[in-house]
Amino acid sequence: MNRYFLCSVAAAALIVAGCETLDTISNVTTSAAVATGVINKDQADSINRTTSAVGKTFDTITPEQEYWVGRTVAATILATFKPYDSEAANHYLNVVGQYLALCSDRPETFGGYHFQIMDSDEINAFAAPGGLILVSRGLLRCCPDEEAVAGVLAHEIGHVELKHGLKSIDKSRMTGALTTVLSEAGKNLGGKELAEATKAFEGSITDITSTMINSGYSRSFEFQADAAAVHILKNAGYDPNGLVVMLSEMEKRLKPGGTDFAKTHPDPRVRIDKVKAEIGTIPAVAPSSARQARFAKALRGV
Amino acid sequence: MQRKICLIIVALCAAAAAGWAATAALMSVQVKKADVRDTPSFLGNIVSSLDYGARVSVDQENGAWFRVTNPDGTAAGWLHTSALTKKTIVMQAGSGAGGGAQTAASSGEMALAGKGFNADIEKEFKAGHKNIDFKCVDRMEAIKITPAALKAFVKEGGLAAPGGAR
Repeated sequence: MNRYFLCSVAAAALIVAGCETLDTISNVTTSAAVATGVINKDQADSINRTTSAVGKTFDTITPEQEYWVGRTVAATILATFKPYDSEAANHYLNVVGQYLALCSDRPETFGGYHFQIMDSDEINAFAAPGGLILVSRGLLRCCPDEEAVAGVLAHEIGHVELKHGLKSIDKSRMTGALTTVLSEAGKNLGGKELAEATKAFEGSITDITSTMINSGYSRSFEFQADAAAVHILKNAGYDPNGLVVMLSEMEKRLKPGGTDFAKTHPDPRVRIDKVKAEIGTIPAVAPSSARQARFAKALRGV
Repeated sequence: MQRKICLIIVALCAAAAAGWAATAALMSVQVKKADVRDTPSFLGNIVSSLDYGARVSVDQENGAWFRVTNPDGTAAGWLHTSALTKKTIVMQAGSGAGGGAQTAASSGEMALAGKGFNADIEKEFKAGHKNIDFKCVDRMEAIKITPAALKAFVKEGGLAAPGGAR
């Protein structure tokens, strides 16, 4: 009789799940899998995080729309911070970055992840919505090895994954004209509508770029991106302490009063403490001469 | 008595399966192009690819990976869930099935492709901001790293193979 009871409970759970959202199904299945030892708690959390990202209905902005926003955000930033045209260095950044993106909880965006070095001595980086990521030469100079570069890129991928750029669009804009532009059904936009939509678009771009360049995200967004970075680095097989090494170097190089990370990011020392706590105790990752060689070759001139 | 309980359980399971089919079995590709793989991993071989808006049925789950099949059976394999949405993506007139778009958008379960921010808006933006050069962004997007190059990079660097969210 006990067996029948268990079966009935399982069947009932399935029905409830069938009527609820994908999130619920995922949580039910992953909880069961944890209980039976098929997967561990971390793996279950990771699965639930991903499924939740798929299932959330708050996303007024579709990945396709996010892509178009991201392109203009990146183009706007690159009008100020010119691209650094070293093919070898940019290629290397894209290999490391795209590998890390695959190890994130959001490996697929509409147009994929792409990386570009900015020709600037400032310590700066920007993650445009959808995965267009820009990193300054100054920031790459804080990196003594591939693990540190991976730390920088994983943090930026974290911002994309968590949609921090889109979340910088002014709330009142999201409840006003923009909502109509994004969700209204029907034919292609006419002259007046197109002008209104473009205005809403321009406003959104300004919200995002001024947050990124001038005011910076909230401290909590930065800590969230650091936590996401640690998760990505562990998944990828990199020593997440690369991020700590990079932050320590950044601390030495940041100039007080600077308009770069000195202004837009929390103190590296505070970030280091939080990152270390996030890393916890992990098995040592063996250094690799192959990694060091390709890092040195690609970023030699940066 | 036992037989009756069995029948009830079978009926419950059937109802659950029907409920699942009605709510989540069908999904749409929400990225420009999604590569379908033979194993639930980005290091799996690419067996086919699906375009934006393609409808697929989900027949198996493995962590953050779904095994999917498209209606004509030409694409069958694994996709990461981040490439999928529960919404139906309605392509606009001229780019696929355009019928029923108005009701679709208001239901909240569908999304209109190309609606809202799109290439037209970018064009308008460019016209008003001639100082902003999109060629840099086009060049960024043009950089392609092949799956073979990524695999070689992982192997050379002695890094763990990514299985997506494992």
